[in-house]
Amino acid sequence: MNGGTVHELARRPSRWLDATGAHSEVVLSTRVRLARNVLGAPFTHRAREDQLQRVLQDVVGAARGTTSLKDGVLLRMGDLPGLDRQFLVERHLVSHDLVEGSSTRAILLGPDEVASIMINEEDHLRLQVIYSGFQLAECWRTANHLDDELDGSLEYAFSEELGYLTACPTNAGTGLRASVLIHLPALVLTKQITKVLQGVSQVGLAVRGFYGEGSEVMGNFFQVSNQTTLGQRERETVDKLERVTRQLIEYEEKAREVLLRDARLQLEDKIYRALGTLRYSRSISSQETLNLSSAVRFGVALGLGELPRLDALNEILVFSQPAHLQRMLERELDSSDRNVARASYVREKLSRN
Amino acid sequence: MQQCQVCGKSPASVHFTEIVNGKMSELHICEQCAHDKGIQPSLGKGKFWISDLIAGMVDETAGAESERVGRVQCSGCGLLYSAFRETGRLGCPDCYASFGAQLKPVLRRIHGATRHIGKAPLRDHARLQQRMEKAQLHDELERAVEREDFERAAELRDRIRELESAPAPEKGGA
Repeated sequence: MNGGTVHELARRPSRWLDATGAHSEVVLSTRVRLARNVLGAPFTHRAREDQLQRVLQDVVGAARGTTSLKDGVLLRMGDLPGLDRQFLVERHLVSHDLVEGSSTRAILLGPDEVASIMINEEDHLRLQVIYSGFQLAECWRTANHLDDELDGSLEYAFSEELGYLTACPTNAGTGLRASVLIHLPALVLTKQITKVLQGVSQVGLAVRGFYGEGSEVMGNFFQVSNQTTLGQRERETVDKLERVTRQLIEYEEKAREVLLRDARLQLEDKIYRALGTLRYSRSISSQETLNLSSAVRFGVALGLGELPRLDALNEILVFSQPAHLQRMLERELDSSDRNVARASYVREKLSRN
Repeated sequence: MQQCQVCGKSPASVHFTEIVNGKMSELHICEQCAHDKGIQPSLGKGKFWISDLIAGMVDETAGAESERVGRVQCSGCGLLYSAFRETGRLGCPDCYASFGAQLKPVLRRIHGATRHIGKAPLRDHARLQQRMEKAQLHDELERAVEREDFERAAELRDRIRELESAPAPEKGGA
């Protein structure tokens, strides 16, 4: 049954990849996560299996009464083959920590992978909601509503002074982590990225990401999220991330204008060459795929013509990963077989989009 | 061009930046080393972070005092404070009360605050909102007195009295 579900997932992209959200050319996705624990059991890492089993049952029971998860599918980590667990990590649905757990660690997954709960991760519950593009307010509203609905039947660990109590004190208080996955190639190319990111960190947000210099664009994706959860209302946390993200989009747009003015030909050349490689290669690594599709995505943001659609590029980012390729083809592949399979998948995807 | 920080030979082409609590860590390595170390540029959450967040955040008091504090135990789950120091993870909700004195500076360092002002569970939402509002008013009052703004202090005191004389909302009402 579980294998069947992963099989189903492998046949269609997650909703958040559909590029319908605002500013999808820059912001890939928006995510809100809430950490919660229930009374009656120690935090996950100190709890016995029978206690975790009880938590699992209670959470699943409570979720049946919610709008976004009443039809949710439960995937227990211990019951899944390694490849399927890897698949869920690639899918951005579960953490590395969760997949290493037994069958009391699970994910309850709602329709279209919009809402889900990781159960018995570091905290008993990690509610998560993922939207495409830049939709922070909507994302928070959905997560908050789900939290309220669960709250009706679960007894959360909460203190007046410290808020929701979590296994790690970095999450205590609101338990809220709001984040955007943002693509900033123009800021990287114009060498402004370090300065901009330092500015972001000065207002109390955290940034993580990979980037490459000058000639070789390397992904250029950054995750920006709030760092603190205590002494700040949820709304303020979300608003602040919203403001900073808007600013980042604006900076990126300005940097794009400069690049188009000063180096249009070189940019176009690089972008269309990247597309050519993606369209015609016969063997390609995941890193090269990430780099080249980042370049092509940049072309879309620049408004260049005859480029693939954003949703196709988004899909490639997720589906060209090892477990996805193997699940799509329904067989195990070694690294060089994967490179061939990846090239063929990307070619096929881009010939239609 | 910058050299790889791992092998020191090839030019660094993979750059990893992490900025946490205003502290920036950077790693510059070549593609081969990135590959060998299993560091893949990936979307969002990866397995690899330069710094483990909690390390360095837990206060290290010196010598005998540190040992004494390390032996403080949670009344709920029996976790020793020294175990929290090592892992950065608390054992159960009661740990927050048991290690209250030790955690306060830790929380302040992480969050720059030690009091929750966000949402509360619905079951006692109204009651809690009222109590939290009162706690905030008390904080404000303290600050007003500190800066000798007695007019504001009097206002705050009245507001607190008002809250105290109001009937407590029914449990479950929101």
